[in-house]
Amino acid sequence: MNLSQTILGITFKNPTVLASGIWGITASGWREVARGGAGAITTKSLWLHEHKGHPNPTIIETDHWMLNAVGVPDAGVEKAREEIGDFMKDHPIPLIANIIAESIENFAKTAEKIAELKSDILEVNISCPNVEDEFGKPFACSIPDAAKVTKAVKKVSGKIPVFIKLSPNVESIAAVAASCADAGADGFTVINTVGPGMAIDLKSRMPILANRVGGVSGPGIKPIAVKCIADVYAATKGMIPIIGTGGVYSGEDALELILAGASLVGIGSAVSRFGAGVFKKVCDEMQEWCTNEGIDSINQMIGGMHKELASRAQR
Amino acid sequence: MTQIPLESRLPTTYRIKEIRQETPMVKTFTFDGSLGAKPGQFVMVWLPGVDEIPMSVAFDDGAHTRITFFAVGGMTEILAEAKVGDLVGLRGPFGTRYTWDPGDHIVLVAGGYGAAPMYFVASQAVTHGCTLEAIIGARSKEHLLYVKELESLPHVSVHLSTDDGSMGFKGYNTNILDKLLNVTQDAETQDPPVDKVFSCGPEMMLKSVLTICDKYNVPCQLSLERYMKCGFGICGNCTVDPLGVRLCTDGPVVKGEVCRKIAEFGVYHRDDLGKKNAF
Repeated sequence: MNLSQTILGITFKNPTVLASGIWGITASGWREVARGGAGAITTKSLWLHEHKGHPNPTIIETDHWMLNAVGVPDAGVEKAREEIGDFMKDHPIPLIANIIAESIENFAKTAEKIAELKSDILEVNISCPNVEDEFGKPFACSIPDAAKVTKAVKKVSGKIPVFIKLSPNVESIAAVAASCADAGADGFTVINTVGPGMAIDLKSRMPILANRVGGVSGPGIKPIAVKCIADVYAATKGMIPIIGTGGVYSGEDALELILAGASLVGIGSAVSRFGAGVFKKVCDEMQEWCTNEGIDSINQMIGGMHKELASRAQR
Repeated sequence: MTQIPLESRLPTTYRIKEIRQETPMVKTFTFDGSLGAKPGQFVMVWLPGVDEIPMSVAFDDGAHTRITFFAVGGMTEILAEAKVGDLVGLRGPFGTRYTWDPGDHIVLVAGGYGAAPMYFVASQAVTHGCTLEAIIGARSKEHLLYVKELESLPHVSVHLSTDDGSMGFKGYNTNILDKLLNVTQDAETQDPPVDKVFSCGPEMMLKSVLTICDKYNVPCQLSLERYMKCGFGICGNCTVDPLGVRLCTDGPVVKGEVCRKIAEFGVYHRDDLGKKNAF
């Protein structure tokens, strides 16, 4: 059973991808994730200049959900140059550089600087729910703004494919995706965290996160991710690759996102339960399931739900 | 990687039961309640509305939890103002612990507030038939911590050092470690050989401990400190070069042979933005 694929000219040995914001701040951390069996890694969001995050607590978790408001701390492009440069020396697996900015102009400037580092993909974070107090509603919540960011980044990114990371916290993710696709997006990452949400400590009566609110991830958001992926796949007629992200802990979780339309599957919160070994675990489970079902390539599964629905409609 | 129970990933607020002023700058808080922490593990200490920082557990007897901290900037200064009955959140315990075998002869090397977790080790190890030499070092007499507590334990010999000579040996605690290990190499003495060296304190001191242990070929376990956010292995802020392991799950207590492979040990550490800062 073959888990490998070539997407936009990039070969992935398996569909698992380290999601942005998880463990991803140094080349040595990315290599450890690569050794754990990931098909690709995504960097934590990179800013043009230094950006402070929120005070702690920034990440809390229960059986059902994780809540985070780290606040996207980063040291700026110079650190990115050092760490990405280091990783690209041996380049064990594809690197997806995730970028963030507070304005369309700075998205373009950051993309231009990061594109020089020749990452395999540029992922554009227009959907972080944790810096709203600082910068207002994310660009992903406005159909025209999402398209403007896409256009600005595409203009400066050369041959590097541009993936737009979308928010589930919108009226129509399909409409946002369609407008970004018109503006030239090469792919989508679906979804960023949900909410934002809040958790309160009973005795002190205080919100636990220092930022009070934070993005929700973990097992409970998988149905939202599946629905959003299906919407984006349908809106783009299955022509644009999707990195599906949200609530993946097992091979069956990953396959569900793939049937909804994902080509690659991001894994984030599950890293805290299974460590770097989560990538191999998910791949082994996908292998086993597909082998038992007589499926010999992962390509046969991508967008499978849409194909099944269409074939039933014709009967 | 150690499996971290999910219930430890949310803070629980406890009321401060007792406050002890250890030195002008250092306080110990006792909380009614146990997290089941083992010697060497840490907790995230949350002051609602202010911040949350990692601290070594000073003691956990199954009924109470204790932390000992320096009031030096940021949240610790505000925490030091807290009164008995105030609420503080604790999340954890996280990370690795010191490990020993029954009957071991162990040398403890404590610098600064590292004395607190070293006392926690000693109090448990003596119940497993271990004998211990506890070397406590500080700038001067008034900064020495947990001396009485360690002296009160059976099978523990306490050695003191101060930079200014105001109490005990004038010099570093690592000078005493070198002497102790050197003596035990002498076949004519009756001293039991040292099985393990445990250390907690400033990183440059730990580096010196590692060098000395290598010289005498004695295994050691060192507690390393890095900037931590989540405590359970997701944020990646405490990842060390070039191993790529996270010190919140694969540390803070690291064996000497692993420590030797951490190129940044004693050279630099990363801040909250992931930027390198030299020691």
